[in-house]
Amino acid sequence: MRLSAVVGLGTVFLATLAMAQGGKDQRRSGYQDMSPALQRMQDDDTANPAMLYVQAGEALWKQKAGASNKACVDCHDAGSMKGVAARYPAIPSGADKPVDLEGRINLCRTGQQKAAPFDAESEELLDLAAYVARQSRGMPIAPADDPRLASFRAHGEQLFKERQGQLNLSCANCHDDNAGKKLGGATIPQAHPTGYPIYRLEWQALGSLKRRLRNCLIGLRAEPYDYSSPEYVDLELYLMDRARGMTIDAPAVRP
Amino acid sequence: MANVLINAPKTVRKGETIELKALILHPMETGFRPGANGQLIPRNIIEQFTATWNGVEIFRMKMSPAVAANPYVSFFAVAKESGTIRFQWTGDRNFSAEGSVMVTVT
Ligand code: HEC
Ligand code: HEC
Repeated sequence: MRLSAVVGLGTVFLATLAMAQGGKDQRRSGYQDMSPALQRMQDDDTANPAMLYVQAGEALWKQKAGASNKACVDCHDAGSMKGVAARYPAIPSGADKPVDLEGRINLCRTGQQKAAPFDAESEELLDLAAYVARQSRGMPIAPADDPRLASFRAHGEQLFKERQGQLNLSCANCHDDNAGKKLGGATIPQAHPTGYPIYRLEWQALGSLKRRLRNCLIGLRAEPYDYSSPEYVDLELYLMDRARGMTIDAPAVRP
Repeated sequence: MANVLINAPKTVRKGETIELKALILHPMETGFRPGANGQLIPRNIIEQFTATWNGVEIFRMKMSPAVAANPYVSFFAVAKESGTIRFQWTGDRNFSAEGSVMVTVT
């Protein structure tokens, strides 16, 4: 336990050092790959359409629900959600499997508010996720330092590097080997999950990282995992670790 | 409650040209798309957007099914007097939404 904590701190230190030395960090976020016009759209809170959903999320945050007749705000202080999106997925206390941010919100929905869970990709769940994630904007991605996550993350890495689908490609074939090049009209990004949930112009709506990953899976003609599948959480654990130290820009705009 | 975001300067000099920006949450369903069951999803769009400055119309726009969801409109106006700029959206299914900002002209 103590040893892994020391190793964990060492990794953080090395990652920070690599960035401080400048030029060494070759990582680029999807934001950096966007045109200046789209970057301005994202940066302006009255032009970024995702902010409409944040506004709706704030209203939901204050709305009482379920048999407990409690609102999120009744249990969570203002500011208590700062940094939460930067370290998820994590293992909730009393559980043995990681959940993503949406999953964690639904745990409070069922366990604390005693209400029915929101459907995956429902507007309410995305609104709340956007409202919570917005509060980590500008903070570095800092995955939970929990040794129990290692095996899930390793599974995510394996999924990322394994060829699949009728095109027989791995995520890494595009996002590691060919990032920065063009695929049709799109620039292949390095696939860092800095901005979720995102307002994707192609969707004309806010969507989760799961939805984004499903798009890539369909793109390589693989069968996308079901929304409730643990594969998404494992992939996100790996992607978040790969993006450790990068800045959260949620809720982001993406093409 | 309408979910809108408006961007306008709070104070401006008389005679100055200012940019006004308005964004609204709306599906802008075209009426041409089949849903999961194969049936066309009924049209549901904003048809008209108007802006008034102290009650005087300064901008009007007709929208069509070709406009993307969550329409974002930006336009310019010359500041003449302090007051309220009111934005109004109306459309299918008796849709009606409003937003306003106060601008001080010095
Ligand atoms: C054939 C190439 C290709 C493969 C294979 C692929 N992707 Fe992608 N991916 C893309 C492209 C292109 C985009 C950007 C699309 C756009 O901008 O319209 C993208 C976007 C993403 C993003 C969004 C990044 C951001 O800035 O928000 C993530 C995350 C991602 N992919 C993860 C994955 C994962 C995980 C896999 C494997 C399951 C995968 N991709 C497989 C091409 C690919
Ligand atoms: C009755 C009190 C209560 C309500 C209502 C409640 N929560 Fe929670 N929430 C908690 C507690 C307690 C925890 C910490 C649980 C733990 O430590 O295992 C928590 C944890 C969380 C976390 C994880 C925080 C972290 O640091 O990991 C998130 C995110 C969260 N809640 C979101 C929400 C949202 C969104 C709502 C409204 C839909 C909500 N909560 C409603 C009590 C509540």
